Amino acid sequence: MSQTYESWGRYPKVRHKTVIPIRWRNEIPALDRLDAPVLAYGMGRSYGDVCLNENGVLLDIRPLNRFIDFDPEQGVLRCEAGVTLDQILRLIVPRGWFLPVTPGTKYVTVGGAIANDVHGKNHHHAGTFGRYVTQLELLRSSGERVICSPTQNVELFRATIGGMGLTGLILWAEFRLRRIPSAYIEEELIRFDHLDEFFEISAASDEDYEYTVAWVDCLAQNRHLGRGIFMRGNHAEGVPILTPDSTPRLTVPIDFPDCVLNPFSMRLFNALYYHRLRHKRERRLVHFEPFFYPLDMVRQWNRIYGRRGMLQFQCVVPVGDHREVIRAIVERIARSGRASFLAVLKEFGDVPSPGLMSFPRPGVTLTLDFPFEGVRTLHLFDDLHALVREAGGAFYPAKDAHMSPQDFHVSYPQWETFARYVDPHFSSSFWRRVTRGQDLSSVPVFHTPAVSRPAEN
Amino acid sequence: MTNVLIVGATSAIAHAVARHFAAAGDNLFLVGRNPEKLTAVADDLRVHGASQVQTYQLDVNDLERHADMLAAATAAFGPVDVALIAHGVLPDQKACEQDVYEMLQAFQTNAVSTMALLTLIANDFEARGRGTIVVISSVAGDRGRQSNYVYGASKAAVSIFSQGLRNRLARRGVQVITVKPGMVDTPMTAHMRKGPLFASPERVGQDIYQAILKGKDVVYTPWYWRLIMGVIVHIPERVFKYLRL
Repeated sequence: MSQTYESWGRYPKVRHKTVIPIRWRNEIPALDRLDAPVLAYGMGRSYGDVCLNENGVLLDIRPLNRFIDFDPEQGVLRCEAGVTLDQILRLIVPRGWFLPVTPGTKYVTVGGAIANDVHGKNHHHAGTFGRYVTQLELLRSSGERVICSPTQNVELFRATIGGMGLTGLILWAEFRLRRIPSAYIEEELIRFDHLDEFFEISAASDEDYEYTVAWVDCLAQNRHLGRGIFMRGNHAEGVPILTPDSTPRLTVPIDFPDCVLNPFSMRLFNALYYHRLRHKRERRLVHFEPFFYPLDMVRQWNRIYGRRGMLQFQCVVPVGDHREVIRAIVERIARSGRASFLAVLKEFGDVPSPGLMSFPRPGVTLTLDFPFEGVRTLHLFDDLHALVREAGGAFYPAKDAHMSPQDFHVSYPQWETFARYVDPHFSSSFWRRVTRGQDLSSVPVFHTPAVSRPAEN
Repeated sequence: MTNVLIVGATSAIAHAVARHFAAAGDNLFLVGRNPEKLTAVADDLRVHGASQVQTYQLDVNDLERHADMLAAATAAFGPVDVALIAHGVLPDQKACEQDVYEMLQAFQTNAVSTMALLTLIANDFEARGRGTIVVISSVAGDRGRQSNYVYGASKAAVSIFSQGLRNRLARRGVQVITVKPGMVDTPMTAHMRKGPLFASPERVGQDIYQAILKGKDVVYTPWYWRLIMGVIVHIPERVFKYLRL
């Protein structure tokens, strides 16, 4: 049996040998006896091939979606790995709690959030999701179940945070939440005319705003180059409403024809979006849903790119000559005229993650997607990657379908240390791509100290 | 606060219904075969807000233990207000055609044990003059088809039995709800290819919970199965017998 399990970018398209749904923590097949490498699959919201395992086995963990424990006084939640952030928000928001860190969609699993060590608009204050994980249970293919935490099996814990699902199957995790006074966000939008202005506003917002992010018009050229809208906000005080509002309003029922997103329509869209702010600065009170998850309002929005799919690009450029490098990247993209309107710019902070392979690091991160147009798109990516590489930047596996083994090794010089912790029966299309040509057979397999015994099934 | 008894509580549909009761702060008495699974479900329901959750290990085919189970449920939180019978198996039709024991086993689990439970619960509820009995049957019980008639016949028994019970108890203040789900994406259908007609257990669970609140009699879930089955039951038998359904 083979099924199509896609990533969010719908590129690359691969076949899997089989998909095994994982429904119970105590009922999991012997992973080391399967005849192909395995990988956990959750909501499929990573863009490239980090969640795919061509000709291998996918463990569909979505049925593993039960809560285990919640301490409403301390704000500590324990749940199975397939629980989504959406499920969590419905539970915790009415009780005055919120996620410590959230990515731009709530339709991701806790397992995926840990495996990709996701970040959000509060990275400059809060760091990554992995920082809040107090413990997790990892099932190795040997059948061994290992409790990992910042104090127990620390090395395996650090390898699993941001470990792309390669260190074993995360069965459950426990993490800390943050208190909120209301479900609303006090938001301020500021239009900026060029990149220098972005950096000024970003620096000025760093201290006083927990959440900052900017939309940038990657199609505007010349004197408009790098214009956009800066968004910053804090949880609103004095609005004691705690309703999680979570029904998507719209859906994209079909794949759009490839011609819908063309340079003209995208340029028009961007100009309209930029000019939607009538004033230089606007303040408003918004529910957290549209603030954090504007795209979740449209189910299956990735279909606007049609069957061909899209390529995501997310890099971080380290502090230094980041202004010049970001400008060069935006210029190159604007010149291509191929970018879509979903382009995001944010300054990362220096809060460290426990994750060995965590992506965020001090600097500026730029994220955007491109409709996949074959060689033309790949050439553009080559140029962008060269610019980032030269600046000593890094790429984000969760968003990537293109980086070369060299790009990966430069982005993550610690990767060989990480490889020691990769479970011998786990792999992914991404992992095989970025370790191509490397002899990993000599890498010693990591064995946990004999503390936890395999559970009897 | 409602006292809810769920038999087959580790099934995906039952769990989805139970989450609604839990969110409303009700008491839940969960009956199932596997203690580890029962614990996983119970923990989840506690986090979802259930006031009290108790688990009870039972193989429904152990008919002699039904009365003890019902007594334990009553002892746990007081009289049961809502009883949901949700256990069931989807037998291998081909195996059932070859092996009488296999066929009878499916009947035992889906029909006989359910009718035994319904009899006990109905008498208890009738004596008190209140309560809601919810039983999960299937659209497969609406017409016999070559691909699935053993399962279909076992569910038809449940449909007719609960229909009769509804008629018997209607004037006694007891509600009986027959639920007929279509194809649902659960462990029971794990081996089947998922077409567009498949519904999630959450969707079906939501429908069942609403039906209980509204006091419905027969519920097709999702709703379009009422239309589909409306057509299927009206195809003349002399044509139907040649169809590959």
